[in-house]
Amino acid sequence: MDAGMLQYVFPNDTHAHWTLMIVIYPYITGVVAGAFIVSALAHVFKVQSLMPVAKFALIFALSWLLFVTAPLLNHLGQPQRALNMLFTPNYVGPSMMAGFGYIYMSYSILLIFEILIIYRYELVLLKERSNGLKKVIYDVLTLWTNDKSIEGRKFDHKVAFVLAAIGIPLASSLHGYVGFIFGAVKTVEWWFTPLMPIIFLLSASVSGIAGMILFYILIKKFTNKVDEIQTDTIKTLVKLLWTFFIFDFLFEMLEIAVHAYGGTQGWHHVSGLLSGPLAWSFWTMQVTTLSIIPFFILGYLSLVKVSRKVLLIVAPIVSLMLLIQVLFMRWNVVIGGQLLAKSERGFATYHPLMFEKEGILVTAIMLIAPIVTLWLLSKIFPLWESPCDKELLH
Amino acid sequence: MNVKVTQEIIDSNRRTFIDKVIKGTIGGSLMLMIPMSSKLFGEVLSEEATLKNTINPMNLKANYCFMVDVSACIGCGNCCVADRKENNVPEGQYRTWVERYVIDMMNQIYVDSPNGGEKGYANTPLHETIKEVKEAFFVPKLCNMCDEPSCTQVCPVAATFTTPDGFVLVDKEHCVACGYCIQACPYGVRFINEETKTADKCTWCYHRVRKGKLPACVNACPTGARKFGDLNDPQSEVFKIYHSASRLRVLKKDLGNEPQLYYINLHEEVV
Ligand code: SF4
Ligand code: SF4
Repeated sequence: MDAGMLQYVFPNDTHAHWTLMIVIYPYITGVVAGAFIVSALAHVFKVQSLMPVAKFALIFALSWLLFVTAPLLNHLGQPQRALNMLFTPNYVGPSMMAGFGYIYMSYSILLIFEILIIYRYELVLLKERSNGLKKVIYDVLTLWTNDKSIEGRKFDHKVAFVLAAIGIPLASSLHGYVGFIFGAVKTVEWWFTPLMPIIFLLSASVSGIAGMILFYILIKKFTNKVDEIQTDTIKTLVKLLWTFFIFDFLFEMLEIAVHAYGGTQGWHHVSGLLSGPLAWSFWTMQVTTLSIIPFFILGYLSLVKVSRKVLLIVAPIVSLMLLIQVLFMRWNVVIGGQLLAKSERGFATYHPLMFEKEGILVTAIMLIAPIVTLWLLSKIFPLWESPCDKELLH
Repeated sequence: MNVKVTQEIIDSNRRTFIDKVIKGTIGGSLMLMIPMSSKLFGEVLSEEATLKNTINPMNLKANYCFMVDVSACIGCGNCCVADRKENNVPEGQYRTWVERYVIDMMNQIYVDSPNGGEKGYANTPLHETIKEVKEAFFVPKLCNMCDEPSCTQVCPVAATFTTPDGFVLVDKEHCVACGYCIQACPYGVRFINEETKTADKCTWCYHRVRKGKLPACVNACPTGARKFGDLNDPQSEVFKIYHSASRLRVLKKDLGNEPQLYYINLHEEVV
């Protein structure tokens, strides 16, 4: 029977309830998780070519981590009650959202400890050379120790290794979990798939690695230290990015292919969505422009010997494209799912305004804030490998 | 055309209709004809509610259920008006609404619900492309009070919960207004109340039921299309219907929410 010519949506369901804030919330979390994975590859799996950015990865992750809750708090109608999620969680449901609070907390604590331990020796050295407020800050960050002994450093090393090892599953669950928040909603056909956590995790890795390539090169360029960029490191990151992206894109397409082949009633709604309100943002942007093109560029960079000059120009561009791809993917998932009307007879709408509470400007500020924070953090934590990092290895 | 359809439905339900007027659903039926002051309306309602009440407010073991007889609904919107008054629902948000389904000879289905059907359909013209009507009917919607509610499952702070007597309610003192329950409810009955800034939805007038009264909308319905009662009480109308040969159906059965809102004579086109 025909679905009818007249679009009809339930009267409370005319617009998306989850706004741009909920689009950038998994985006920010994803960058955190992805960057952490790079640092873990260096610290746990000892991938030597990633050592130069191992510390940068941690600080990069931290600068985004600090803003994970910002969009959530801005979205809640009752932000002053946010801690209810930790104090009176719904464990009977159980609520996926409540669980996120705990994972986020544990991960934050772990990341901060990992940073303090990895940086401890270097911060002690810096403390000796600084005075005033900076000295106080370093005093606090080193927990008032001045231990420079080789035993102490070896111990740090072990703890950092263990923390990084625990961090891998934790960072993965942090983001896989965000995927679960959507994937577990049975009422939204576009979300309800066991692939959702996997897709979220893979796209998180993509955004994190892409972010690191982009900012590694940009920061070095802006500080006039292009010579310090390690070609090897960029190459490894590019290959890593390509690998994660292939799986990410594969699963994104597989999900649709299986649904389309099955051709259930649910697929009819979703296909209407993909050929209607999401046609441009999904097919034109996410899939064609920002996936297929970067796939070939990354393949070229990974498989063909390119000059350093080309690498340093193309790698950041393709990274930026993938950062935007992931943003489009978040939009298409979060907003797209809500546009599918529960009346099964049409689509809800969502048009964010520039100046509303959860509008475009606020979103832009929240996405720029971590970058400013990264700059502030770099005043305290040296971002790059220092000579003392290598001492211990010999 | 629309008036004619409505008239036919009224005619076919004339017996129950008159019955209701005589038995005392005066508030509801008068609302069809003359506008009343809210105060007078309120008084008539509460008086009537106690008259036909079969609810034992102290019975926590009751198995309350809601039934909607689609063939009896005339789309007058009285229920929606009564609900908005009873529960102070902000304009533009809906705890309950009435949909109009029109199916033409080409089997095209036209659904609408302007203002949630609150103003009735007498003055709402049909869609201009409809040439000949095959079938038309009204479908009231409200919370399904699911036995397996997806809204309570997802709520991160357990602000949405099920009472011992089976009502799904929201604790607005505890809700953080994350909106997760709105995504999870299959029936689109939830919204963030723009005044309280917390999740809100139909409660089947729990506050009235606990006092032994009927939900405001049931009370206001002039045709008895909305029915409420205890499935454990053999005297109740819902018990009798439940154990009769009536065709009962719930919405979106496949989702497994196990609604306690049953529809009588519901068409398969209704989602
Ligand atoms: S209809 Fe929606 S709001 Fe009502 S109990 Fe079911 S899931 Fe919850
Ligand atoms: S909006 Fe309120 S009731 Fe709904 S899930 Fe969030 S906290 Fe629970």
